[in-house]
Amino acid sequence: MSEPIDNKEMGGATELSENQYLTFQLADEMYGVDILKVEEIRGWEPVREIPNTPAFIKGVLNLRGGVVPIIDLRARFGMEQIEYHAKTVVIVLLIGEGDDQHVMGIIADAVSEVLEVDRGEIKNAPNLGASINTRYIRGMVMGKNMVMLLDADKLLNPEEFSLIEDVG
Amino acid sequence: MTIDMEQFHQVFFEESFEGLDVMETGLLNLSPGTADMEEINTIFRAAHSIKGGSGTFGFMDVSAFTHVMETLLDEMRDGRRQVEQRGVNVLLGSVDCLREMLAAIQSGDEVDSKSVSTHQKELEIELNGSRSEATGEAAEIVVPEPDKAEDSAVNLGWHIIFCPHVHLMKTGNDPVRMFRELEELGDLTVEADFRGLPEIQDLDPEECHLSWDIRLEGDIERHEIDEIFDWVEDDCDMSIISFADEAEKNRPAEEDLVAGEPIVEKVVPAQETAKAPTKQAVKAEPEVKRPENKPAAKPASASIRVDTAKIDSLINMVGELVITQSMLSSLGEDFDMTKLDLLQSGLSQLESHTRELQQSAMGIRMMPISFVFSRFPRLVHDLSSKMGKQIELKLSGENTEVDKTVIELISDPLVHLVRNSLDHGVEMPDERIAAGKPALGIVHLNAFHRGGNIVIEVTDDGNGLDGDKLFNKAVEKGVVEPDTQLTEKEKFDLIFAAGFSTAEVVSDVSGRGVGMDVVRKNIEALGGHVEIRSKLGKGSTFAIYLPLTLAILDGQSVAVGDETYIVPLASVIESFNLKPEMVSYVAGRGETFRLRDEYLPILRMDNLFGVHRTESGKGSDGLLVVVEGQGTRCGLLVDDLLGQQQVVIKSLETNYRKIEGISAATILGDGSVGLILDIPGLLRLANR
Repeated sequence: MSEPIDNKEMGGATELSENQYLTFQLADEMYGVDILKVEEIRGWEPVREIPNTPAFIKGVLNLRGGVVPIIDLRARFGMEQIEYHAKTVVIVLLIGEGDDQHVMGIIADAVSEVLEVDRGEIKNAPNLGASINTRYIRGMVMGKNMVMLLDADKLLNPEEFSLIEDVG
Repeated sequence: MTIDMEQFHQVFFEESFEGLDVMETGLLNLSPGTADMEEINTIFRAAHSIKGGSGTFGFMDVSAFTHVMETLLDEMRDGRRQVEQRGVNVLLGSVDCLREMLAAIQSGDEVDSKSVSTHQKELEIELNGSRSEATGEAAEIVVPEPDKAEDSAVNLGWHIIFCPHVHLMKTGNDPVRMFRELEELGDLTVEADFRGLPEIQDLDPEECHLSWDIRLEGDIERHEIDEIFDWVEDDCDMSIISFADEAEKNRPAEEDLVAGEPIVEKVVPAQETAKAPTKQAVKAEPEVKRPENKPAAKPASASIRVDTAKIDSLINMVGELVITQSMLSSLGEDFDMTKLDLLQSGLSQLESHTRELQQSAMGIRMMPISFVFSRFPRLVHDLSSKMGKQIELKLSGENTEVDKTVIELISDPLVHLVRNSLDHGVEMPDERIAAGKPALGIVHLNAFHRGGNIVIEVTDDGNGLDGDKLFNKAVEKGVVEPDTQLTEKEKFDLIFAAGFSTAEVVSDVSGRGVGMDVVRKNIEALGGHVEIRSKLGKGSTFAIYLPLTLAILDGQSVAVGDETYIVPLASVIESFNLKPEMVSYVAGRGETFRLRDEYLPILRMDNLFGVHRTESGKGSDGLLVVVEGQGTRCGLLVDDLLGQQQVVIKSLETNYRKIEGISAATILGDGSVGLILDIPGLLRLANR
């Protein structure tokens, strides 16, 4: 149950794609990731757990012969855990650039749409104090709902995981 | 028509590096005092192709430098120069220098001109020195200037045999004028050959019956001479030979003249003559045995040379697979139970073809170990002369094939082990004689397959390891407690401890106390291990055991709760049902069991990995898999053994990072991911 997305078809005019974001839902909040980072969207299927890793790393998945770690964003953001259901999706992202690329999946409650955003519309994330880390948020877009645009490269950097682990 | 030369550069570099390796091997095989023609020819040819290639591609520094080497080699080849150790060493140095030059050009760096000129000077000194000894005249050596790409041969001078056709003067050319022009280029000696002259009554004054033997000395480029003869090229027979090539070429040419035959047939037209030496070299090639080892490729290059036979067999295999596939799909179109047999045989065919295909695909990554071994003759040669030891290096099993990754990663540890054998193993000649051994020490590098492993052994007939000395040293360094009881083997293993060195004097070869521990770490990172066998006074052997390939592993699947893990089969010793009475407790907590004469710790996989076991029970109801890693044994408590299979190793680090206790992942038969256990990592995990 997977629906690979062809970036070019979805993006249509590539020159605009810098401003296209795939939005998805986590609880009542909307998040967005750069559509160029998205490899494919899959339905949830059980993964192989990796022992002794932070709870937000659900495990690894066989993605056409590659071993891809899957991150639960609810757990990552410290949100309440829910049972995975029929709409639960795994968004597979290509992280990093050049030689340092790797593939990771994030679990979201549901995908909603492809959002076209003018660069001017992106507002900086407000400083929410020490309690909420806004390092992984590239910016925010106000529309009918507020969408938080994630910086996938920072969010899904394995080096950062180890930092979290060491602290924990 | 312009051709983009750049596209050939890579090939040129590869071939040149190969050529350099050939030269190096050849030079090392040359023994002073004797002239092994085959060997010298091989070296000469390699140098010649590098010169030619670099000229063609416009790397004039390289071409000029190689030319000087070539001249020296040519003298050796003609027997005008004795093969002496000094000369060989200078040539070896030049090979290194040339390699650096080529590497610099390849990577687009600046060529270290200082080192180049140093080596060039050395070569010239060598060239000058013996030339004056040999001929008694102080010949002037000129540093060759970069030349036109076509032919950059520059030397001491040229020997020109000029035989104009009878009608030369009728075309308006005057030999005397040409000689005058030649004179402007350098010192000119002209000898006329009168033998072609007819009787006076038959002589037509407008005909030219003379031929000339011209010697032109000086730093003259070929094209300058060609320019002068340009106009008469079609009206004469001539040969232009540089002095360097002269010795062998001159004689036959003169004989032809003496025979007095019409020269037209015999004397080769100028252009061809100039190239003749090259041709000759090419012709000679098949007779000369090329060194067996294909020289090592640069480890940095990501490309790999594959035997065509391997590719052919791979293609065949794919063909078979396609046939099987089409057979199966036609079977599937109208399948009924009567065709079950056909289906089963088709499936088993598919299985065997897939396995073969896998094997030949793996085979592409396999390369002979000689890629690593080929660097050692030079290393041993250099180090033994530096240390004043007499050491012979023996190589065997060079054709043993190993995974490319293993080749790349094993060479540094191996270099370290060989250096160690040279430095600490083999004694000084007088010590050896005093011990009743021949002065010439032997270091033997051997590679072979044993089971699923490749074994590489470094053996020396030196002094061997002294277990007690090692132990005392280790105590002194605080590596072990003085009252530890160790077996002989364990004492030997002490040299792998960090911060340990037995050399009384720290030399620049080895003995800094770093290294051996790194050697072991590197080898273990490859999934291998090192064993030491040694006898005091007789010598020692360091045996490296490595897995055949790093891409596929024989695994034993085990179940822990709902999870499946793969234990590398190579590390499994045995497995049995664990009964409660077999378990004893240390300090009430640490669980151990007794396996024959030793107590081994039990690692509970469910605790270690935080997995819920489906079956409960303390110390019982489980299977114990006894495994060994890095020389220590332990028992892994699992729920069930699932079966053995070959698994393809998938790195976790590609997309994630290293996980303690897990060496890699794989894809299981049902498409899910399986995790491969890393035994040493598990032990570390358990010790936390």
